Amino acid sequence: MGLELYLDLLSQPCRAVYIFAKKNGIPFELRPVEIFKGQLLSKDFSQINSLCKVPALKDGDFILSESTAILIYLSCKYPTADHWYPSNVQARARIHEYLGWHADCVRGTFGAPLWIQVLAPLIGVHLPEEKVQRNRAAIDRALQQLEDKFLRDQAFLTGQDVTLADLMALEELIQPVAVGFDLFEGRPKLAAWRERLEAFLGTDLCQETHGLILNILEQAANKKIPDPAPEIYPYMLLRISRIP
Amino acid sequence: MGLELYLDLLSQPCRAVYIFAKRNGIPFELRPVELRKGGLGLGLGPEGSGRPNTARGDAGRQRLLGARAEKGQHLSDAFAQVNPLKKVPALRDGDFTLTESVAILLYLNRKYKVPDHWYPQDLQACARVDEYLAWQHTALRRNCLRALWHKVMFPVFLGEPVSPEMLAATLAELDATLQLLEDKFLQNKAFLTGPHISLADLIAITELMHPVGAGCQIFEGRPKLAAWRQRVEAAVGEDLFQEAHEVILKAKDSPPADPIIKQKLMPRVLAMIQ
Repeated sequence: MGLELYLDLLSQPCRAVYIFAKKNGIPFELRPVEIFKGQLLSKDFSQINSLCKVPALKDGDFILSESTAILIYLSCKYPTADHWYPSNVQARARIHEYLGWHADCVRGTFGAPLWIQVLAPLIGVHLPEEKVQRNRAAIDRALQQLEDKFLRDQAFLTGQDVTLADLMALEELIQPVAVGFDLFEGRPKLAAWRERLEAFLGTDLCQETHGLILNILEQAANKKIPDPAPEIYPYMLLRISRIP
Repeated sequence: MGLELYLDLLSQPCRAVYIFAKRNGIPFELRPVELRKGGLGLGLGPEGSGRPNTARGDAGRQRLLGARAEKGQHLSDAFAQVNPLKKVPALRDGDFTLTESVAILLYLNRKYKVPDHWYPQDLQACARVDEYLAWQHTALRRNCLRALWHKVMFPVFLGEPVSPEMLAATLAELDATLQLLEDKFLQNKAFLTGPHISLADLIAITELMHPVGAGCQIFEGRPKLAAWRQRVEAAVGEDLFQEAHEVILKAKDSPPADPIIKQKLMPRVLAMIQ
């Protein structure tokens, strides 16, 4: 059995792993996991990843979670171009600098609009307007920092080449876009970065990766999103409670 | 000018950077920053921001930090040049400046050729460290920070009471995360990612000292974790470990923030501990 990647393409870090593996022609078996059907909590999956999270990688007996760790592992193990995770000490440091800031300011924040508009209502939870506004403000602040501190006048977030940082960022930014929050509006620099990145990755690959999430509103409107499995209600409620 | 490290040992990630550099004999100029003196915003956070030390500061701390007293405006500007986000920890190495503790630790690790066990060359061993470093950022770090703030810093430093329910909820979350740390990471190993100490253990221990500084007895009733702590302290060196933690262990004695600083810090603190 070769490399297996356990992914749900509704999840931002899963998409980053998927797009990286595909773009680099890394051979893998896709093991789709549907979070909202409670599959993360199934006995089978918890044997794969006792932390019950996706993305997860299984390479023979070796099991790995956390998208950053997975991306670094893949870029080191398989013949991928140096620019993704450069061997140059300073260039590599810039990627980790981005990822540290990303963990504080992007992760969690950019996922909230989907929760607010689509997922929480599935279990009858409606967040107060105050929280919605607070989240928007946090998103705006993060976008400003993304432009001012990272992108600046560069082609990509940590320099002139695409790196793992750009993938992590893109997939987070797509999440609110999917629920109609056009964060590229009025941000031409960021919009240009996105265009460059998607051109580099390829339209087909982007469509394949983003198709599911970009369809989420339509699915919700047509009542095509399955009711979440009851066993994941506690996880959903916990996640919702984390929205400041 | 050689390597400079901008640190406030009140901050968890600053302690990890300090210990790593000292333990590995990496020569650096310490540029002390005092988050509690406010000015540039956030205090005591994961990657806090603040104004660099002025000539004030007790003699004990000066001795501890081995700092030269530096004054006033020009140092603030120098700090802002290193780091426009005005965060700690921050590194300056000639023209190269860097923030974010994991980035700094990995940079030092590679540049200064430290023993392999800190961040192994072996692909899978390295991945384990990466996995822990990623997990902790949104899990353990957050809970340790909230424990310190809800138990000590809000009431003592900011003069803001915290309801018993809120504190209880925070401590319960911390407890659950500690259980995960033991069950999923430590298990029956000597250290978090294998038989030897790594960056994972350093980041973890410095984070756990945050609730310890707040008076939480987190190692009580957790013999496995307590044994791990002893091993980590021994591997780091008892003296260095004590030195790095002297400041956090006195967090309960923080003098109250003056009202202007408090006003500036409050919104950023609230955002930080979400």
